Amino acid sequence: MSQRNRLAKGGRIDRGRPLQFSFNGVSYEGFVGDTLASALLANGVDVVNRSFKYSRPRGIVAAGAEEPNAILQLGATEAGQVPNVRATQQALYRGLVSSSTNGWPNVERDLMGVVGEMGGKFMPPGFYYKTFMAPAAMWPKYEKYIRKAAGLGRAPRENDPDIYDHINRHCDVLVIGAGPAGLAAALVAGRSGARVIVCDEQEEMGGSLLDSRESIDGRPAAHWVGKVLDELAAMPEVLLLPRTTANGYHDHNFVTLHERRTEHLADTAPPAQGRRQVRARMHRVRAGRVVLATGTHERPLVYAGNDVPGNMVAGAISTYIHRYAVVPGQRLVLSTANDHAYRAALDWHDAGREVVAIVDARDNPGGDLAAEARNRGIRIVTGSAVIEARGKKRVSAALVAAIDVEGFAVRGTADALACDTIASSGGYSPVVHLAAHSGVRPEWRDDILGFVPGKVAGLLPAGGVNGRAALAQALADGTEAAASALAELGAQAASITLPEIRSVREDKAVALFQVPHPKPAMRAPKQFVDQQNDVTAGGIELATREGFESIEHVKRYTGMGFGTDQGKLANINGMAIAARCLGQTIPETGTTVFRPNYTPITFGAIAGRHCRELFDPRRYTAMHSWHVANGAKLEEVGQWMRPWYYPRGNESMSEAVQRECRAVREGVGILDASTLGKIEIQGKDAREFLNRIYTNAWTKLGVGKCRYGLMCKDDGMVMDDGVTACLGDNHFHMTTTTGGAAAVLDWLELWHQTEWPELEVYFNSVTDHWAAMAINGPHARKLLAELTDIDLANDQFGFMDWRSGTVAGVPARVFRISFTGELSYEINVQANHALHVWKALFEKGEKYGLTPYGTETMHVLRAEKGFIIVGQDTDGSVTPEDLGMQWCVGYKKPYSWIGRRALSRPDTQREDRKQLVGLKPLEPALVLEEGAQIVLEKELRIPMPMFGHVTSSYYSPTLGHGFALALLKGGGQRMGQTVYLPMADGQVHAATVVEPVFYDPEGSRQNV
Amino acid sequence: MSDAAVFDVNPAASVASESPLAACRPRVATLANAEGAGVVVRERAFLGHLILRGNAADEAFVAGVEQALGLPLPTKACGLSLAAEGTSSIQWLSPDEWLIIVPGGAEFATELRLRECLGGHFAVVNVSGGQTVLELSGTGVREVLMKSTPYDVHPASFPVGRGVGTVFAKSAALVRRVGEERWELVIRRSFADYLYRWLLDAAEEFGVHIAD
Amino acid sequence: MLLIYCPYCEEYREEEEFRPKGEAHIARPQNPEETPDEVWGDYLFFRKNPRGVHHEQWLHAAGCRKYFNVTRHTVSYEILETYKAGQHPASDRAPGVGTGGAK
Repeated sequence: MSQRNRLAKGGRIDRGRPLQFSFNGVSYEGFVGDTLASALLANGVDVVNRSFKYSRPRGIVAAGAEEPNAILQLGATEAGQVPNVRATQQALYRGLVSSSTNGWPNVERDLMGVVGEMGGKFMPPGFYYKTFMAPAAMWPKYEKYIRKAAGLGRAPRENDPDIYDHINRHCDVLVIGAGPAGLAAALVAGRSGARVIVCDEQEEMGGSLLDSRESIDGRPAAHWVGKVLDELAAMPEVLLLPRTTANGYHDHNFVTLHERRTEHLADTAPPAQGRRQVRARMHRVRAGRVVLATGTHERPLVYAGNDVPGNMVAGAISTYIHRYAVVPGQRLVLSTANDHAYRAALDWHDAGREVVAIVDARDNPGGDLAAEARNRGIRIVTGSAVIEARGKKRVSAALVAAIDVEGFAVRGTADALACDTIASSGGYSPVVHLAAHSGVRPEWRDDILGFVPGKVAGLLPAGGVNGRAALAQALADGTEAAASALAELGAQAASITLPEIRSVREDKAVALFQVPHPKPAMRAPKQFVDQQNDVTAGGIELATREGFESIEHVKRYTGMGFGTDQGKLANINGMAIAARCLGQTIPETGTTVFRPNYTPITFGAIAGRHCRELFDPRRYTAMHSWHVANGAKLEEVGQWMRPWYYPRGNESMSEAVQRECRAVREGVGILDASTLGKIEIQGKDAREFLNRIYTNAWTKLGVGKCRYGLMCKDDGMVMDDGVTACLGDNHFHMTTTTGGAAAVLDWLELWHQTEWPELEVYFNSVTDHWAAMAINGPHARKLLAELTDIDLANDQFGFMDWRSGTVAGVPARVFRISFTGELSYEINVQANHALHVWKALFEKGEKYGLTPYGTETMHVLRAEKGFIIVGQDTDGSVTPEDLGMQWCVGYKKPYSWIGRRALSRPDTQREDRKQLVGLKPLEPALVLEEGAQIVLEKELRIPMPMFGHVTSSYYSPTLGHGFALALLKGGGQRMGQTVYLPMADGQVHAATVVEPVFYDPEGSRQNV
Repeated sequence: MSDAAVFDVNPAASVASESPLAACRPRVATLANAEGAGVVVRERAFLGHLILRGNAADEAFVAGVEQALGLPLPTKACGLSLAAEGTSSIQWLSPDEWLIIVPGGAEFATELRLRECLGGHFAVVNVSGGQTVLELSGTGVREVLMKSTPYDVHPASFPVGRGVGTVFAKSAALVRRVGEERWELVIRRSFADYLYRWLLDAAEEFGVHIAD
Repeated sequence: MLLIYCPYCEEYREEEEFRPKGEAHIARPQNPEETPDEVWGDYLFFRKNPRGVHHEQWLHAAGCRKYFNVTRHTVSYEILETYKAGQHPASDRAPGVGTGGAK
């Protein structure tokens, strides 16, 4: 197992700890400290993927987050599969299994490559849209093969075994990026005693200092990094988060950080101290100030064949040599438009490999680095650039020609220089993404040929991202940013002595993005702008010729900057090319919008702990364990888990519900009603408040009495209903619907706090304090009498009364209210004692056939009585009058209660408003579909007027037929009419319009 | 005195009672004892919980509460008055709302005493059946809280004797710091199962022990 | 994720503790029954949706349960001030630069 590109010494790897890993089924060796990319390069792996659209072989281009090609699939097991991992950001671990994400059947022999080789003539931007547009019905077939050929990784087919979580953090200063500027800022903030978080996306903190040729205080820059990190780590209020990417910058300095805690160790998180470890964690940071020290991304030049493996950005070469002791080739040609990139050639030369030539677009480069290259005898070709790379799966030569940068033309003929590696540098783009997440557009700076962050309150850019990339500048800028941040927070900044840096004189760079070629861009070999999305300079040119003038349109037409890459290498080049084609400046052309996330994030980290049984809160009543033990099927109502029905043996739902219905109508049944909202109202103006908030009158409700109330919004539409009991003259117990509990309490508070603060009244939720069980049916009194000291005689405790006493030895408030139309008592006890009472009822209830019933039976029984359920039979557009509930409207109340005025608006008085009616299907066994539309004609035509819809529909074992409630236009005038309900399957049902009360319309059964 | 209806909801003779967590069976691996546990969770079940409403600007009201409870009424936002023995407390919930926690069974007598000592516009509401208290201690507690609530639990922002109502996981809780390493959560009955599971799950990585 | 100062809890709290409740200062007309339909309709249904400074009502749902008002810039999301129900905004001053709101 040879690592032919590995140097014998140097680097930040541990040669004593070799690691086996595999790529596309081949086993290789790397070292602890490697990234997957550096290990692949060490082993001389050139082709890591096939490109997205043209299936061209692609190699590693960069060394960090900006890598467009080495997007790999990871995972030794099915459950451990992770798609779209950037090999440049993946630490190597023992047994790592990786493969290309593109390439079918494989990366070396690729079928789509044949299409790709036919070239750009056949696959311009919009190729898929244009080619596969018609017929539309065929798209699913095309898509299957296109996706297979051009996939970007795959999700695991098994459940993720790992755990993830979120953590909320607060700090004074969040430093994003631990390069020179970030570390200087952190040092100032930390020494000042501030709460500081430093995050960095790489395995090791230090950023560019880890691959720097420069020295700090006379020692290698990396030494200073270690010293600073040691000091920061010892500070109790400083938190260092390596392997942590700031992926989104949100309002008011809220930043999300994605920390990968175990992904450098194994596919799935290994246990620590015998316990499961969190694999990835999302830090939700609220920062007083943010120091943005994200540095720069080097821009590659755009020349023909620049995607052949062996083409790299210049800085990546230095990174691989310094950090990993890997030289990714033998013979280098460097094409540059600036001084800084000379480091790549010098580092290459230091590593003992051949630098064929440095090709500089400038006519007379004279900086310190150029001088050093000359001193070493390295050939420098000036006023020139690499205009084309030759080779298929690896660069074989660079075509070098003199160019006219201003005139965008090649001068004279090209020389072919044999080489296997071409490094290029068009300049350095500040990493403005996070600042741009704020919505503030970046600003172009001519002096650095790049966009810097626009002004965002609370965000302080420092170092390279601020256009101050040179080491001494970056350190000073970080220091100043931290001092400003602290000053803005009203804190004193500690002073630090900046280390000594020997300054390197650099000449001015020239603006070069796309390199001219003798042939026009559309004809020349492809000049790639965005390698991940296979966008070429010719494609951008075509887009502008086809009329796409806005950079956002160019992006969408070509695909530039999409995908996991977000245009880190491509965007500025693409904008520059679009600007040239449109005859504009770059700032006139502008940038596209950068959005979170900065780099892809696993769904696990986004979900955190909110998954599986913790996905959403589940609320339980005090009797829940009994329901489960007695076989209840549960229904989720809001977040409550309520018994739906209690099947016995092999009963179907329908059989169980019919049995439960009969038990209530003929014997006695019991419902857990604890989920109803309950609000305690105290104060001398409580009664007045009720008069204002409910549609009906409360003035005369005496102590010991209950009353049903309807609540409207001020637009006159019903919002909730429930029974309120008068406990004392100034003391009421209000109930609300299960789903409306929180909203009603907020509603009461809203009116009290903002409109009627002078009313002396307080509201508090007692929903959870009281457990409620409703016994319903002809035997209810006999059953309750066995357990209570309350006098249940009808003349002592009548319908709509409440009494207190004990039930099964437990103090209880018993409300004689009914949602079934039967004799009914709702027993309320302190929830801690509720299960005891519930069980006692069953002990005594056996002889009466006491039957537990769930929400489904409750629905059938209440609908038989025409009792509405707010939110099911109403939808926010229904007035009390629409429901035929004028009896519940206090038209004469002196105060214009909430909703009163709206009931006299012309719209609420229209005769053709939808009104609540009953429907009786002509076919007795039929249960109409809830939501079915109602029409008046049997013969269907399109369009035809629709007159309403079914809101509730059930089969009634008591009535022996199906029945429904519906909202029907002018329904009150249509009694006895036949209406029709066309169904999706072509059937048309017929039903008779009837009054909505189907059972015991006199209400005699509840009064016995 | 007030003319509100008062009602002792506790049975005269003891009956089987269940805390909101009686039926909760979390799946997380827990440690058998507190030693080595980064987080120790203990339910303080069956305490007396009362909500008090009133006007903090009314000196008679403030004095009346102190007279009734022997504890000062916290009138500053997020204040928490703790009795020295730790048996009772008053927590500020809003400018006109407080939570009083007293030993289980004492809530009715406390309510009567408050109604005796207070006049004018006020309210007392018994919510003892509707909530429970979880006590958390150990070195991992702060991080468990950070995983659960967006409120800043750093000692500089959350000293002992502070209590806040805030978001907790996807529900809500009152978070109280009752000692240097001791915290309390007051949670609603119906959400108790969810919050307890959440808490143990979040605490698992630190080693969690459930104390009696 | 806004950071909102609750004027009742007297400190900044995270947005997730709050619920937005629409435009602030929507007063219910004093004599509803005498209010013309058009005015009542305006009160019920018509709300401002400015690009710029806006007064909103928020509820501190997970905290003190109090309603209060927020003056917020709808483009930058900068919060210029928060104030209690029944109070008036200190000013309608133009917003500053950037997204603001950091403490």
